Amino acid sequence: MDKVKKLTSKRLFMPIFCLVIMLIAAVIASPDFFKIGVQNGVLYGRIIDVINRGSEVVILAVGMTLVVAASAGTDISVGAVMAVVAAVTCSFIAGGQQSVNEYINNPILGAMLGILVGILCGCFNGLLVAKLKIQPMVATLILFTAGRGIAQLLTNGQITYVRVESFKKLGASIPGVPIPTAIFVTAFVVLLTLLLLKKTALGMYIETVGINSKAARLVGLKSTKIIFMVYAFSGFCASIAGLINCSRIYSADANNIGLNLELDAILAVALGGNSLAGGKFSLLGSVIGAYTIQTLTTTLYAVSVSSDQIPVYKAIVVVIIVSLQSPELMRMIRRLRAKSSVQTTSGKGAA
Amino acid sequence: MKKQRRRLDGNSFLLMITILLFVIMYLIGVVLFKDQGFAKTQNFLNLFISNAGLIVIAAGMTIVMITGGIDISVGSVVAMVCMILAWSMENAGWGAIQAMIFVLFIGLVFGLVQGWLVAYLKIQPFIVTLAGMFFARGMTAVISKEMISIKNELFLSWAQYKIYLPFGGYVNKKGKLILPYIYPSVIIALAVLVIVFIVLKYTKFGRSIYAIGGNEQSALMMGLNVKRTKLKAYILEGFLASLGGFLFCLNTCSGFVEQAKGFEMDAIASSVIGGTLLTGGVGNVFGSLFGVLIKGTIEAFITFQGTLSSWWTRITIAAMLCFFIVLQSIFAAAKEKNKK
Repeated sequence: MDKVKKLTSKRLFMPIFCLVIMLIAAVIASPDFFKIGVQNGVLYGRIIDVINRGSEVVILAVGMTLVVAASAGTDISVGAVMAVVAAVTCSFIAGGQQSVNEYINNPILGAMLGILVGILCGCFNGLLVAKLKIQPMVATLILFTAGRGIAQLLTNGQITYVRVESFKKLGASIPGVPIPTAIFVTAFVVLLTLLLLKKTALGMYIETVGINSKAARLVGLKSTKIIFMVYAFSGFCASIAGLINCSRIYSADANNIGLNLELDAILAVALGGNSLAGGKFSLLGSVIGAYTIQTLTTTLYAVSVSSDQIPVYKAIVVVIIVSLQSPELMRMIRRLRAKSSVQTTSGKGAA
Repeated sequence: MKKQRRRLDGNSFLLMITILLFVIMYLIGVVLFKDQGFAKTQNFLNLFISNAGLIVIAAGMTIVMITGGIDISVGSVVAMVCMILAWSMENAGWGAIQAMIFVLFIGLVFGLVQGWLVAYLKIQPFIVTLAGMFFARGMTAVISKEMISIKNELFLSWAQYKIYLPFGGYVNKKGKLILPYIYPSVIIALAVLVIVFIVLKYTKFGRSIYAIGGNEQSALMMGLNVKRTKLKAYILEGFLASLGGFLFCLNTCSGFVEQAKGFEMDAIASSVIGGTLLTGGVGNVFGSLFGVLIKGTIEAFITFQGTLSSWWTRITIAAMLCFFIVLQSIFAAAKEKNKK
């Protein structure tokens, strides 16, 4: 019993438990869930699909976790920033044309430019939140509203296509490597962040600022600087996710790239057992949360639920999981149990 | 005397700026597009006609934001309400009144569930309403993936019933007097606005909402029932969202999945531009009304201008949002300094 208690009190227990339940549900729904095959020299199967397609959410969730931890707020602009990055990159590569079959400008330079713009977007958010002390949701609401408009402005309201084979590599796979490229990129981003957080004191600084930014300042941490950095990093993550996504569809579709992904990222953070009120965080929890969401999405597609209807199930699952993690519910249940046991004992006493 | 002045410095001053900005923008429009009829009374009334639903929803959003919460599900709720109205009248053969009562009831239930999760389980409002947003949008698609147009005669007669104003008319080229008109939805929206204003300003419930938004802990210490007040606020908000959806549907007369996308952000932006703080405790529904009107004016600009694309609306609103947010934070900082 003690062992069970020790296990359940572990930080990552709930997120992993949720993921396992989701995986079991996925296997029940589609028995060939774990089957892995090889198609055109690339690994193929639902589980691979989950890991591959989940890349964007995982990368966004990494940035989002830090934002939530340090500033007790969410960055809702990441989806729009993805669209901006895709628009910048594609229109630079295509030299302003609507559809190209070969590179007009250097694609690496284009990607760099995209990342730079993404980081700038993050810096803009960071400036508003850290320096001007604006609530994170409102501050990022600005780019959330304007982002897709700016992206459309850059692409002249049309979808810019880059129909070059090598441009699709990032979203698909490199010949000779059986694992989709996006998985490597994701692993790289996650590991890099983990290293930064664990091997330096950065992780602790972020937690300190999130728990009490005033106290953090008094012990000599530059709260504003850390919050600013976190938002810039979130912008960086959004730009990587944006590049992957635009490579997948080899185009910049200002209206649809990263649509609702900010919500998935925030959910991933919440499912990972992180408090949205800031403070202590677990990066791995968020990553697990992101894959949980992606498993749900892929499973629903597998049982042929249309993409419009998926949100219903997502919402129900989210409410259940978040309610389970709510300490208030546990307290309520305990109170009810206590009440009923009091009643039975008093009933016995009267008899 | 000094105290009075400081109060004007802060939030009332922001409201004044909002109103002033609206007036200036409108006057600019009148000057620029005079030939196309921007100056007509009807054009001004059109702002209300096309935004009646948003006015009601922004009022609800303001209530929730004053408690320190947020509701991002409203846009999806509007889509769901429109779809239920369209489906129940066209495919299920319900009457218009029956359908209307049903959607208002759905709104209440939606608010009740969200409010319970927020107030009693203490889950962050953002997450709860995020789930609500997914749910409502998904339900819209479950009901029907195709667009349904409403052909119910009673409903259409509500939608097209013109109420002519006895003033502000002009004589056209044929010598006929043309009076400006509004639809019933405008009257409902304005009535809701006044009621919400009175409730917030003069009832115990309204004052509790401000108290909770200002400082939840102190409100609890004062003996206010924080949980129940929050629950009530969300129920009211859910009801207003469905009512707003109904008014919106009177404008569009159809239901489809992509409807009212981004509506929640319009409502939030309107509230913020109108001086509501997202931290809670401060806000005014009339400010939100002007927020909505500013958004409507920008849209009117773009329609009259003709060559600008629709995405300029978003960019302008975002720029304005940025301006107001920075202004708010400057005022907040000044206040902090004054205290010291």
